[in-house]
Amino acid sequence: MKRPQDILTAPRAELEALQLEGVKKTVIKCYENVPFYHDLYDEAGFDPYAVTTLEDLQKAPFTTKQDLRDNYPFNMFAVPMEDVREIHMSSGTTGIATVGGYTEHDLDIWGDCFARGVWYADGGPQDVMHVCYGYGLFTGGLGAHYGGVKAGCTTIPMSAGNTERQIRVMREMGSTILCCTPSYAMHLADTALSMGIDPKKEFKLRVGIHGAEAFSDNFRKDLEDKIGYKVLDVYGLTETMGPGVAIECMEQNGLHLAEDHFYAEVIDPKTGEVLPDGEWGELVLTTIDREATPVVRYRTRDITRILPGECACGRTHRRIDRLHGRTDDMLIIRGVNVFPSQIEDVMKTFDQISSWYQIELTRKGHLDVVTLKVEPNPDFDFDEVRAIELLQRDMQERLKSALSVGIRVRIVEPRSIPRSEGKAVRVVDLRGDDC
Amino acid sequence: MLEQVTVFLENEKGRLSALTRVLADAGVNMYALTIAETSDYGLVRIVCDKPAQAVDALRSADMRAIVTKVLAVAVPNRPGGLADLLDAFEELDLNIEYGYCFSVHGDEAVDVLKVSDAPRACVALADKGYRLVDTADLA
Repeated sequence: MKRPQDILTAPRAELEALQLEGVKKTVIKCYENVPFYHDLYDEAGFDPYAVTTLEDLQKAPFTTKQDLRDNYPFNMFAVPMEDVREIHMSSGTTGIATVGGYTEHDLDIWGDCFARGVWYADGGPQDVMHVCYGYGLFTGGLGAHYGGVKAGCTTIPMSAGNTERQIRVMREMGSTILCCTPSYAMHLADTALSMGIDPKKEFKLRVGIHGAEAFSDNFRKDLEDKIGYKVLDVYGLTETMGPGVAIECMEQNGLHLAEDHFYAEVIDPKTGEVLPDGEWGELVLTTIDREATPVVRYRTRDITRILPGECACGRTHRRIDRLHGRTDDMLIIRGVNVFPSQIEDVMKTFDQISSWYQIELTRKGHLDVVTLKVEPNPDFDFDEVRAIELLQRDMQERLKSALSVGIRVRIVEPRSIPRSEGKAVRVVDLRGDDC
Repeated sequence: MLEQVTVFLENEKGRLSALTRVLADAGVNMYALTIAETSDYGLVRIVCDKPAQAVDALRSADMRAIVTKVLAVAVPNRPGGLADLLDAFEELDLNIEYGYCFSVHGDEAVDVLKVSDAPRACVALADKGYRLVDTADLA
C-alpha cells in the first residue's frame, strides 16, 4: 500500500516531473483567477501558457510581501469564498497583515507537510504531541496541530502561555514531541528546572520541532542538553502555507523542502538572478498544488541556500540550510548590514556567557550606538573586574572583525533579558525617527 | 584561606538591597562587604559565616554568585599594621589584585587580599609569623 511518506524517497525525475506539472498549473491558475497576476504578467510580457521547463519560470516576475498587502484581504484568492475553509494571517508586525486562505485540500497538504517532522523522527500514533505555539491566526499552532493529527499522534492543543501548567501537563501526560518556538522551549526547560523538575528525568520528550525564529547551533545544543531530546528545525511562512515548508530530518543537516508542494529557487536579493546550489541568497517559493492562495515566485526575504548533494537519510527532497536571518531582520548600523545570526556566531565562541542576548540600538548625536547585552554563565569566574573587562574587550574585538562595525558589550544579570513566550525579542530599537 | 562570596550586580537602584534581603532571609551573617563598582555593574564581595549557603540562596534568586578563595591575614590593630604586611609582599614579588580590611577584635584587624600566587604567599607569611584567618576563625 502506498503511504504518504513514500513521496519523500521518490526518484528525482519523478519529483521534477510532478513539480513541472504543478508549476504550469499554478501559473495559469493565477493568471486566470487572480487579477493581480493577470495584470502583472501582461505588463511584464510573461506568457503563462509558455512554461515548458522549470527554468522557464525564471522569466516570471516576483511576488512580494507588499503585493500581498496591497491585495488585502481576499484579492489574492484563486477560488470562490465558498471553497475556503480557513483563514490565517501573518503577525503584521511590520505593517498590514498578509492573509492566507485554505481549502479542504490545502489544509490536508499542510497537515501532510508538518507530519513529515514526525515521520522523520520515526514517530506516529505512539507519540503524544504537545503544541504550545499560539493557536489562532498565527499559523504555528494549527499547522503543528494538523501535522500531529495527520501523523496519528495524540495531539494536545496547549497553545502559548501559562508555562507552569505547560510543564505539569507535559509531565503528567507524558508528551514525547514538543512543538513551539526554540526560545519558548528554552524558557520551559529553565522554568521546569527552577520548579525543581529536571526535564531530562521527568519529561518523556524525545523530539522538539521548533521554528518561527532563527536559533544558533549552540542554542540548539544547550536546549538538547537541558531537555535530553533532539531538536528539528522547521521552516514555513503564512504567505505560502505555514510551518512545514521544510523540516530537518534526524541527520540535522539541513531542512528537507516539501518539494512535492513547493518549488524553491534561491536568488541574489539585489539583482534577482537565480543562484546555483550552495550559494547563499533569498529563498523564493512557488506553490505547486495550493488552491486558495497560490503564489508564484514569492520572495520570502529569508536568507538560506540549497544544500548540494544527497542527504544521508536517503530522502530525495532537496535541503535548504538553516536560516541565516531575514532580509528584513537585517540591521543597518552606520550603513553596514548586520544579521543577528552573525552576532550569535561570535557569541558561541565564548563559554563565559549564555546564549541569551539582546541587541539595543540607541543614538548618540547622529551616531548609532549598538549595545549587545549578554548574561554570564554560572561557572564564569568573574571575581576580578579585570576578568569581566577582558571578556568585554575580547568580544568587542571579535565582533568588530566579524561585522566591521563597533558593538559595545554589556554583561547583565542572569534572567534580566526578557524571556518571551512567542518570538524572542532580539533587537530593541530605541533610535526613534527624530534624527 | 578565607571563602569570600562574590556577586555580580548591575549598577541599578535596588539591586544591593535585594541581595542583602536574600542573605538576611537565608540567615547569613555578614562580617564585611565591599563593592567594586563600574558604571554598568558592581562586584560585591562579602565575608560571612556561611559562604556556601549564601551562594546557593543568591543563585536561587537568579543572581550570579561564586565562592572565591582569598588570603586573610591577622595583623596588629595599630598604625603600620598593613604597611608591614605589604612589605612582605614586595619581597615576594606578588601582584595584589584587590584588598580590604576589617576589624573583628579590639587589638587585631583582618586584611583580605586577592593575590596572584596565594599558596606561595601563605607559606611566606606563615614563615614571618603572620596568622592566617579562615571562616571558622571569624565566628
